Amino acid sequence: MSKQLLLGDEAIAQAALDAGLSGVYAYPGTPSTEITEYIQMAPITTEQNIHNRWCANEKTAMEAALGMSFVGKRALVCMKHVGMNVAADCFVNSAITGVKGGLIVIAADDPSMHSSQNEQDSRFYGDFSLIPMYEPSNQQEAYDMIYNGFEFSEKLGEPILMRMVTRLAHSRSGVERKEQKPQNGISFSEDPRQFILLPGNARKRYKVLLARQDEFIKASEESPYNTYTDGPNKKLGIVACGIGYNYLMENYPEGCEYPVLKIGQYPLPQKQLYQLIESCDEILVLEDGQPFVEKQLKGYLGIGVKVKGRLDGTLSQDGELNPDSVARAVGKENKAEFCIPSIVEMRPPALCEGCGHRDMYITLTEVLKEEYPSHKVFSDIGCYTLGANAPFNAINSCVDMGASITMAKGAADGGLYPAVAVIGDSTFTHSGMTGLLDCVNENANVTIIISDNETTAMTGGQDSAGTGRIEAICAGLGVDPTHIRIVVPLKKNYEEMKQIIREEIEYRGVSVIIPRRECIQTLARKKRSK
Amino acid sequence: MKKDIILSGVGGQGILSIATVIGKAALKEGLYMKQAEVHGMSQRGGDVQSNLRISDQPIASDLIPSGKCDLIISLEPMEGLRYLPYLSSDGWLVTNETPFINIPNYPESDKVMAEINKLPHKIVLNVDKVAKEVGSARVANIVLLGATIPFLGINYEKVQDSIREIFLRKGEAIVEMNLKALAAGKEIAEKLMQ
Repeated sequence: MSKQLLLGDEAIAQAALDAGLSGVYAYPGTPSTEITEYIQMAPITTEQNIHNRWCANEKTAMEAALGMSFVGKRALVCMKHVGMNVAADCFVNSAITGVKGGLIVIAADDPSMHSSQNEQDSRFYGDFSLIPMYEPSNQQEAYDMIYNGFEFSEKLGEPILMRMVTRLAHSRSGVERKEQKPQNGISFSEDPRQFILLPGNARKRYKVLLARQDEFIKASEESPYNTYTDGPNKKLGIVACGIGYNYLMENYPEGCEYPVLKIGQYPLPQKQLYQLIESCDEILVLEDGQPFVEKQLKGYLGIGVKVKGRLDGTLSQDGELNPDSVARAVGKENKAEFCIPSIVEMRPPALCEGCGHRDMYITLTEVLKEEYPSHKVFSDIGCYTLGANAPFNAINSCVDMGASITMAKGAADGGLYPAVAVIGDSTFTHSGMTGLLDCVNENANVTIIISDNETTAMTGGQDSAGTGRIEAICAGLGVDPTHIRIVVPLKKNYEEMKQIIREEIEYRGVSVIIPRRECIQTLARKKRSK
Repeated sequence: MKKDIILSGVGGQGILSIATVIGKAALKEGLYMKQAEVHGMSQRGGDVQSNLRISDQPIASDLIPSGKCDLIISLEPMEGLRYLPYLSSDGWLVTNETPFINIPNYPESDKVMAEINKLPHKIVLNVDKVAKEVGSARVANIVLLGATIPFLGINYEKVQDSIREIFLRKGEAIVEMNLKALAAGKEIAEKLMQ
């Protein structure tokens, strides 16, 4: 079959489709979004009725996928790294229940925080959940790992975690496809209590998982994704994980002078590591993200062979790897011939001209800054986080999905007035609803603005789970309907908007204001496709 | 054959459409290719770039090392300057001359041009003006692509074929306009190089 030009994300999607996928479950998040989008657009998805709708959040996605695995079918769960925190309850327990149908979880990490709040390394999740992990170095490897990974998951009876990083997720290269496999039929575990994690049963299942760790290590030792390449210079041995391997080889086009152990599957392959450590004076670990492998090799006391990497300053402890930082780590230098002229200014992203969030922030800041100088605004994750920048300078916090409402509540509990929350519609249904229930149960004195653009805009305009039902959800959770106010954020409505904001700040209790106007990007796209 | 290219501009200007045409043409030549893109937050009017690597040998890194880039293609003059540390001593900057001003502290245009003029190898053209002359402001990207033809290392006919394939579903008139835009850009670059 000829090669197709695919993003790393698309290679994963195509491999899952080719491997007989029955359903993808995901919430959008950069850099993982394109996996689900590719599956949604693929003709086979409609033909074979493969589940592909977006989920409310990563936890519902993970649970639904485990349910699909429970009936013997192959399921894929995709999320950005911070989504792992949301899905973690089910994810960690799925290692204890084990799986029936193949289950692969994709965690797309974002070292250097191109579009994220932290650079947590998802390999730690796989490690303490005690399950095998993949970390591809290129698009073809990502394809092969997923294509064969479902069978591997079924053979082991465990979910598999694949750790991606932004640079691979969003880089295109030629990928060769394999033959299309059929979907699994329905089947169930022979053990009717496998998925019942009552303590008595969970203890048994946990012992089973622990007893299988040696088997997982052996699988890593035999894995085609972990390769040992000898080199003549034994002063250094290099462990290169995922795309760290690419940056190393970029600096050695004729082959590396040092022995190199390339890692693509975890737990770490013991046999090859012993071989490297026994034959080399020092070890250098190249890994994108946090010093996960480096810490394991070094140990707490740092006794034994000298291990270099991010912890000893050979590489920076933060930020993604690149060909230049890896060159320096092996004593080379890629010299710049020109420098950036001092006149070049930063160009941060900004809310689009004509965006409804702009109208919301303009009116909100006018009322708050002039009439309520003691105010604080707790915001959330989405395009409207850009309200932090000029000319708005409108928000005081942005922490995690849904935290606007609950942080406003906590601050109001502590005596702040007015405590205002600004959250988008998709983030509200992702993780804001439960916080609103807390507010209602205590009649917290908060003013919550759900800036509704009827889409998940920041990630490119995916369906939002509560479109058309935001006010009904708020009323259902117990917000007094007279304090649920809907307004169209347009310049001609500024006076009305400001009056509503005033009235609801003056109301001592839970109020929700919903400025609602479709995202101009999705609107433009709809017009273009007509 | 090995070409390391950085495409730069402002989110929404459409640098990826240039990459798509080059990528398709490279595949037609049977070359290896890697293309790292930027998605997500910075697409909202922020600075965006794409690393495009083409070679007749397998390519290791998705990112271009410092000082190794053969060609910077920029839809915006200041954005082209942002990636100069990657440009090799004999590399070329091919850039649009029209600034995209969406920040309050954008430098004076003269100063931007002065910095560009310091470079030993550059092609500066007004792609928007040329595009309008050809028929539509929407082909500005292809005018810029045309101006890179002398340095691209890919057969001109292959680039033309790639444009034909990509724009085929939009009709013959659109294909022709894009081919005209490509030729116009190429002609300007060739004149400037003389």
